[in-house]
Amino acid sequence: MSVFSAIGEEREIDSNEFTPGIEPQATWCPGCGDFGVLKSLKQAMPEVGRSPDEVLMVTGIGCSGKLSSYFESYGFHTLHGRSLPIARAAKLANPGLEVIAAGGDGDGYGIGGNHFMHTARENHDMTYIVFNNEIFGLTKGQTSPTSPKGHKSKTQPHGSAKDPVRPLSLALASGASYIARTAAVNPNQAKEIIKEAIEHDGFAHIDFLTQCPTWNKDARQYVPYVDIQQSDDYDFDIHDRREAADMMFEAENALHEGEVLTGRFYVDDDRPSYQQEKQATGEMPEEPLAERYFDEDYEWERTADSLLARHK
Amino acid sequence: MTEDLVWRIAGGSGDGIDSTSQNFAKALMRAGLHVFTHRHYPSRIRGGHTYVEVRASEDPVNSRGNGYNCLLALGDSFARNPKENAIYGNEEIKPLAENLDELNEGGIIIYDEGLVDVSEVPNFEARAEENNWHVYPMDLRSLAREHGREVMRNTAGVGVTAALLDIDLTYIEELMRSAMGGDVLEANLDILQEAYDIISEEEFTHDLRVPTGDHDEDQLLISASACIAYGALDEGCRFISGYPMTPWTEVFTIMSQNLSQFGGISEQVEDEIAAAALAIGASHAGVKAMSGSSGGGFALMGEPLGLAEMTETPVVLIEAMRAGPSTGMPTKPEQSDLESILYSSQGDSNRIVFAPGNAAEAYDQTREAFRIAYEYQIPSIIVIDQKVSGEMVNVDESFFDREPNPDLGSVLTEDEIAEAAHHESGKFKRFLHDTENGVSPRTIPGQKGGRFLAAGNEHSEEGHISEDPVNRINQMARRAQKLDSIREDLDSQESSNQTTFGPEDAEYGIITWGSQQGAVIDAVSTLNDAGHSVKGLGVSDLMPFPKNDLAAFLESVDKAIVVEMNATGQFRGLARKELGLYGEKMSSLLKFDGNPFIPRDIVTAFEETIVEGKDDVSNERTKYLPEAGVTQ
Repeated sequence: MSVFSAIGEEREIDSNEFTPGIEPQATWCPGCGDFGVLKSLKQAMPEVGRSPDEVLMVTGIGCSGKLSSYFESYGFHTLHGRSLPIARAAKLANPGLEVIAAGGDGDGYGIGGNHFMHTARENHDMTYIVFNNEIFGLTKGQTSPTSPKGHKSKTQPHGSAKDPVRPLSLALASGASYIARTAAVNPNQAKEIIKEAIEHDGFAHIDFLTQCPTWNKDARQYVPYVDIQQSDDYDFDIHDRREAADMMFEAENALHEGEVLTGRFYVDDDRPSYQQEKQATGEMPEEPLAERYFDEDYEWERTADSLLARHK
Repeated sequence: MTEDLVWRIAGGSGDGIDSTSQNFAKALMRAGLHVFTHRHYPSRIRGGHTYVEVRASEDPVNSRGNGYNCLLALGDSFARNPKENAIYGNEEIKPLAENLDELNEGGIIIYDEGLVDVSEVPNFEARAEENNWHVYPMDLRSLAREHGREVMRNTAGVGVTAALLDIDLTYIEELMRSAMGGDVLEANLDILQEAYDIISEEEFTHDLRVPTGDHDEDQLLISASACIAYGALDEGCRFISGYPMTPWTEVFTIMSQNLSQFGGISEQVEDEIAAAALAIGASHAGVKAMSGSSGGGFALMGEPLGLAEMTETPVVLIEAMRAGPSTGMPTKPEQSDLESILYSSQGDSNRIVFAPGNAAEAYDQTREAFRIAYEYQIPSIIVIDQKVSGEMVNVDESFFDREPNPDLGSVLTEDEIAEAAHHESGKFKRFLHDTENGVSPRTIPGQKGGRFLAAGNEHSEEGHISEDPVNRINQMARRAQKLDSIREDLDSQESSNQTTFGPEDAEYGIITWGSQQGAVIDAVSTLNDAGHSVKGLGVSDLMPFPKNDLAAFLESVDKAIVVEMNATGQFRGLARKELGLYGEKMSSLLKFDGNPFIPRDIVTAFEETIVEGKDDVSNERTKYLPEAGVTQ
């Protein structure tokens, strides 16, 4: 048995286990889309069979960053944009952990954009949920990387001159092996997508559309939505990179025009995860590295035994 | 007393100067001598003025010494166009011309007349005569070409040196045999022997011969960078993440090349913010981890450094300083990042800082940095610089004969977690207020019943974000308490990280920190030989500051000079801040021209300021700051 006995434990898991017993009610505003992410996530966990003690939830900061406070598991509430490098190292240190990273659109596509690109490129086996409400919420309503062109805010009084970031296309170009978009207004789809993302062996990116009733006044901005898998209008092969790219391009254009296309956009089940690649090159042990520190029988090698001869 | 050999090999970067000098140093070490190498190279890949000095002595060596006495000037092959005889600039004569200023009187010059036209070197003959230099022109290039390839002229140069200084070729040949094989080896051996024989037939006008030595123990030729890597591995570090930057890259490279053999993981990542964050992530998940960088890259780490402090995640960072500000002089040493290392990151933040003064100390203090980081859940920083990171020195092999320490510090097992304090909700009290020494017990994700939130925001005992004033004070007090506990811990260790030298009852003191320690040791010994009464202190603990050690030292002397490689006296400022006293006793000798102190810089400055009472020093490359500040 593992020294981390929570990992791989087989038992019935209740979604209520993921509700913290001590945190006061969330500080999210009434009607906030972030509640939808939390709810779908809690519902997905029992279905993937993971318990709170074997999950590491790593978040950035801002409203979305508070997810680690309202979701009961091991958590790391990091810095603005820095959830991914912390999450992926934790996964390398102990691949048995279920590592989920989460942050907002400013966090993930702005300040953390570099980490997003490289974590996707490396295809770390983890799930990354980006709460995309097209606004900076907790700093009171500034234009974000996903805000539409022309968006006016206190810091962009003349309206944004920038085209918004295309999160799905960015994830695909960077190398993510599972890419989906869902919305807080669509909890059933969201739960299924979170479940698939967690079970996917590789970097799973979810662009999670969450309405901000306070700073993006139209709280129903993502309604009505279209589920592309349920619609006859969208027929494409989600395993084909080129077709997926076209579909993402269409969905991103449509969103700028007020049409919300959600669903799975790209799935590559064949690509090995980064952990598998690292193990194949001999740069990563087969057994979880973290376990070694608790293994009393493990023989720690000294540099004197192997490295010093070259200095003689 | 036999004169030490200080041999300088000069040429272009990329011409194999580094490997040749290492082998030469190793051969002398195997012959029983104490050796020390000093590297000087420009910020370019190939060509330019590059040299390495190898000092060899029958006694232990601390520094490169004052000047040198044997020059091997090779041609700079990269200063030439691929077209025969096409030369641009005057770089080709640099290996000779650029090195003459520091060649001691009576020294030896061997130069490659196949590549260097001595008539182009300004006043060469007059200077040689004036300084009584013994000049041996040799066509090393032709010799190398005749038996192999032009690049082998290094070997020819070593052969000539060996003959001139009476060095047994056996050790050099042995090293060649272990490093190469086949035709390449044969060609090199031929060149070595032929160069040796040809010059042997000449009449020698010099009387410098290599000293003889005899070690009691087997020796290793090693740098501080390697010692840091080995110290980390022996302390159970199995994760490193980094981004290349000179001179930090040396530690990163050595770790990356060896870590997989120990079952560890190395990650080269997108930037330094990510690098430090990965180390924190790995450590959070239960692995001993390190990262590091140099000045500009370390600046990016300020953010994750603060996160490690706030979340009490153990991590070790290396800061290999180079001359700044901004990107500064990438391949030149300086000690001007001290204040950035001590204070970078927002808030009242705590960290541990060690600055080892030589390779052996680098090994010791790296192990100590890991022990403290994991025992006290606090980031530790090891400060080195381009000088100490690259210089090679011999250390007794037995020094490294120590047991590994994989202990994760204050981490609980699952059985212990079951007994430990939990909130009634089941959440583990990771950041418990009331602890003996400020350290609250820690759990690792995946352990049953150990759930907590590590938050970069101020947080409650369970880790939840909290702005409660009482909790804030308790958490701040506990984190600060760790520094006091660590100071006590360090003071209670058998050996101090501070290095003292010279007579205990000396009248004057010289204080230094980090890499300049060796030059100060040599200066102190020279000054005492000359009848002065001086002792030295090399400080390695920068935070928590060793107040008692410093106060006792300053109390015991009339005056002290603080020697450091920066323009503003950063360490003196730190000492004054921490002690609040003795400002009137401390003056500063500073150097920031990109070249480390040599002992003579310090000796001269001492005599001019302390003994003769001058307000400044005559050496235009050093700067003197008189004692300052009102005390008491």
